Parts: sequence; C-alpha cells; structure tokens
Amino acid sequence: MAGEISDAIIRVRDITVQFGKTRILDGLNLDVKRGEILGFVGPSGAGKSVLTRTIIGLVPKVAGSIEVFGVDLDKASTTERRGVERRWGVLFQQGALFSSLTVRQNIQFPVREYLNLSQRLLDEVMVAKLGMVGLKPEVADRFPSELSGGMIKRVALARALALDPELVFLDEPTSGLDPIGAGDFDELVRTLQRTLGLTVFMVTHDLDSLYTACDRIAVLGNGKIIAAGSIAEMKASKHPWLNQYFNGKRARAVVV
Amino acid sequence: MSGDPTLERIAQGNGLALCAAGSWTARFAPALEKMVADAEKLRGSRPNIFIDVSQVSKLDTFGAWLIERLRRSLTDGGIEAKIAGLSANYSSLVDEVRRVKAEPVVETRSVTITGMLEQIGRSVAGIGGTLVGLIEMLGAVLAAAGRVFIRPRGFRLTSTIHHLEQVCWRAVPIVVLITFLIGCIIAQQGIFHFRQFGADIFVVDMLGVLVLREIGVLLVAIMVAGRSGSAYTAELGSMKMREEIDALRTMGFDPIEVLILPRMLALVMALPILAFLGAMAALYGGGLVAYLYGGVEPEAFLLRLRDAISINHFIVGIIKAPVMAAVIGIVACVEGLAVQGSAESLGQHTTSSVVKGIFLVIVMDGVFAIFFASIGM
Repeated sequence: MAGEISDAIIRVRDITVQFGKTRILDGLNLDVKRGEILGFVGPSGAGKSVLTRTIIGLVPKVAGSIEVFGVDLDKASTTERRGVERRWGVLFQQGALFSSLTVRQNIQFPVREYLNLSQRLLDEVMVAKLGMVGLKPEVADRFPSELSGGMIKRVALARALALDPELVFLDEPTSGLDPIGAGDFDELVRTLQRTLGLTVFMVTHDLDSLYTACDRIAVLGNGKIIAAGSIAEMKASKHPWLNQYFNGKRARAVVV
Repeated sequence: MSGDPTLERIAQGNGLALCAAGSWTARFAPALEKMVADAEKLRGSRPNIFIDVSQVSKLDTFGAWLIERLRRSLTDGGIEAKIAGLSANYSSLVDEVRRVKAEPVVETRSVTITGMLEQIGRSVAGIGGTLVGLIEMLGAVLAAAGRVFIRPRGFRLTSTIHHLEQVCWRAVPIVVLITFLIGCIIAQQGIFHFRQFGADIFVVDMLGVLVLREIGVLLVAIMVAGRSGSAYTAELGSMKMREEIDALRTMGFDPIEVLILPRMLALVMALPILAFLGAMAALYGGGLVAYLYGGVEPEAFLLRLRDAISINHFIVGIIKAPVMAAVIGIVACVEGLAVQGSAESLGQHTTSSVVKGIFLVIVMDGVFAIFFASIGM
C-alpha cells in the first residue's frame, strides 16, 4: 500500500465489512488521488463491488472510516451527505436504469432534482450526454427494456455523468460491450478525466482498460489491498495471483 | 477563481468580442442561459463576432454547450463565429459538444382529450382479447394437466406442496380471523333488528344460510384473490422480466407445466379448505355473539342451526370454491405472463390481476346463484 497521499479524494481507513460470520473486507486501507483513474481488480467474489458499495454507503461497515472530498461520511450531517452525493456519479453493474422512465427522463432525473433549468437546456444537454457516450438522440424516447445490454451501460454512464460529477464509480463498465465499444469507452473515460478533471474509481476485469485507461491499479485479495501502483509495477510483482493475472495468456495477447 | 460568470461585450475595430469569464457551470446555468439569449440578438450586427473564453475559470458540459449554442446562433450565413482563447484542457470538451446535432428530438407523448378517448376505446376493444387470453390459458393448463396425468413423473409435487403451504396454511390465521369477525357482525345486526319482532332466534337461520351458501366462500375467494392472486402475478411477472421464463423454455421445460400447473393445483385445493374453515369460524363468531349479546344459549343455537340448514347449503357453497380458485389462478397467471420490462408494468398487471380476479369471482357467484335456483338446490 502506498503511503499517505495529501490530496486524496477518497480516503478509506481500516474498513471491515462482514455478512453474518463471513468477513469480506478486513482492515482495508485505500487512497484515491484527485484526478486519477484508479483501476480496481481482484478475483471474482473478492469483494470489489462490496468495497464500492461500502464507499457509496449502500453496505454497512463494522469498523473503519471513509472520507470522500474530505468529508467523513459517518459524521456528516444529511445536508453534507447530500452535497457529497451530488458531486459523485455511480454506474452500477447492471445499469440500474429506472425502468418506468424513458432514456431522456433517466438522464434528466438527477439534473431536474438538483438544478432549476429550462426544458430546452435539459433536452440539449441530454442529447450532448448521449453523444458523449456514443448514442444517437433517437434513443431518447425509448424505455430501458427496449435497449440492448451495451446501450443500457451507455445510458447508465450518461446518467452517472448527468451532473458533471467530480468523481465517478464505475462497476465493470466495459463488461458486455464489444471490443470496439469498450475501447471507445476507455477513451471516453480518459477524455472526461482530462476535460472535467474527473476522478474515476473503476472496478474492471478488462485488461485493455487497465492498460489504456488507468493511471494506477489497486488489487484486492483476502479482504485487503495486496498491491497498488502502475501497470509496470503490477507486472513486476512476485505475487502469484498478480503474476498470473498480468502475465497470463490473455494478458500477453493484450500486450502483443 | 470560480466567481459568478459574466459575458462582456468589447468592441474591437469593426468586430465584437464576447468575453466569457468566471465559472460556466451547471450551478449558474439559469443565469448563463439568459446571458446567452441576450447575446444571441447580436447576430449580424457586426461583420465579425467572436467568443473569447480565455477568462473562463471553470467549464462543464452545461457551460460548454451554452457557448456552443451561442456560437451557432451567431454564425451568420457563410461567416462562422469563432471561439478564441480556448485552453487545451477544455478544447476536447468543446469539440465534444460541437458534434451534438442542432435540434433535440421533441417528446411526442401528450395528454389530450382525443388521447384519453382513444385509451378508453382501446380498453373496451381489449376486453374480447382478455377473454380469449383467459380461455387460452385455461386450455393450456388443462392440456398440461393431461400431459402430467399420462406421464406422472412430470408432476412437480414439491412445488405444489410449497405453494399449498403459501396459499393455504399461511392464509389460515387471517382468513379465520376475518370470517370470525364477519360472523360476529352479521349476528349482532340480525339480533338487533329481529328483536323488534321478537324473532331473535331467526338470526340463526340467517347466519347459517348466508355463511354457508354465500358469504363464506365469496369472502374467502376475495381474500385469496388479493393475497395469493397478486403474489402469483408478481412472482411470474418478475420472472418474466428477468428472462427466467425464457431460460426455462430454452432448457426444454414448459413454463405452464413447471410454474403454472403447481400454482393452479395448490390454489384449487386451498380455496375449498379455506372456505370450510372460514364458514366454521363465521358460525362460531355468530354463535358467540348470539350467546353474549342476544342471550341465545349454545344448545338452542345448535338445535336451531340443525333445523335451519341442510347439507345442500353446505354443498352449494363448497362446490363454488374450486371454480373460483381456478378463475383467480388463471387471471393471475395470464397477467403475470403479460408483464413487460418495467417496474410500472409489473404494478399495473398486479393491480389488474386482483381487480379482474375479484370481478370474475363475483360474476361466477351470480351465475352459480341462477344455476342452483333453477335446479332447486
């Protein structure tokens, strides 16, 4: 684990999470720097999604503290918490679009709640967001049940970005996308990071994303962060799982 | 740095510079939109207008789009308005919004009188389709029952027992409680009004006939439609939404045989049992009130009850139960399978499952009443 980082946007300290008697996260520490894209990897079932959900407050923790934007989420008042929530966007693994709202309404929903904008501006920005995630304006009046899996991911990202957040959590954003779409997506995340100064916390299994999009990679194992650093450091690691993950057959295919 | 945004006009020779400054972000969007609308009127007033964004301290998608909107409105004929002083880290964002098509699609749905009339027309025309759907489902369930009869290994006993527990065993407390209370109320009202003629004891006749023939089974059927019919619709509907029913089909299973037949059988078995228990609870409640409120001794109550009712009353009531159960089950399953992808649709179909179920139960009760009257039972 890297040492203290002064401008950490997320600061996780000694987090412990357990379901019944099973301990998922065990005294985990993690810092996410402002403006970086952090790739978060680990074996399936290691608790990557659990950590994400703990940070955003959907899973209760047994011990430890979480600071986001310098606000301790346990001690924050409701208003402070709302303020933090307004500044982050979350892309859920299954999209989690509101099934009874159209694509347009899904994307405009958070904007409508927090800002008082004219319908014209709402519509135009919605079209811009759709364009950013690579969708045509024609899909705006479709319902989520009428979209393909990849389109759902894109609309969900557009909704996560609706308020131009400073921090986005992406839970397996490129799973279910074709390689070209996934590549575009990585590039899009990069662009947004550059233009909006976005910080990205990305749970992913996509080696391409790790290589092309991520500044830093953190690896979860046995309820702790077993390594964090650049892709080169990961490849040089002697840890058996890391070695297999980054130097295995699929990894070589990516590098070639 | 991130002060209120401004848009100043500075004349430069025969041209005009629109200098944007401050933070052009979503927070200030209403004010920004007004400023941009004002500036748009300058279109064509000078031969050369450009937008200077070098003083912008903060820019997000909303601000970038408003600058782009301004640029488009100022673009006059062949002369394109330029954006100057764009810093490197914002240029890709501005490029991104530049690709946005000019006219956003307009929402087409609106509420009008013709639209509402159309809705009513469609619902009326849909009644026929609903009936056909119910009959189709009845046929499919009977066919599945036939297949299972020929090949008993396909019968899902565990599933049937599980559903029987859900719709029968777990429903007993609430059904018994409600029918007990209804029995009490009927007896109390009967005694209160019959007492004026000194005919207290006839309350036993009324209670016996009413509970055994009508109220017992009808009330229980309505409760079952609300309790189990809605559960069936919600279960099948969410399975449909998550493609579980499609998965069953691709594995070579018939969803009717696997999901619907056990539920239907459980319901058809459960309703007579519940109707019987309900009738007993109502009679007990009536007897209790007759004793405590009307002073009718239990022995006298039972003696009178034996004279007042015959086995026919009981048979008339209980024969209706499985038919009503079948109606509730069929409606619930048809509605469950009709659920589309959204949570809203699930809610609509669950509602209409209960509404149609109760309606058809009452219609069936009427049909039975006519039938039994004409055969003299």
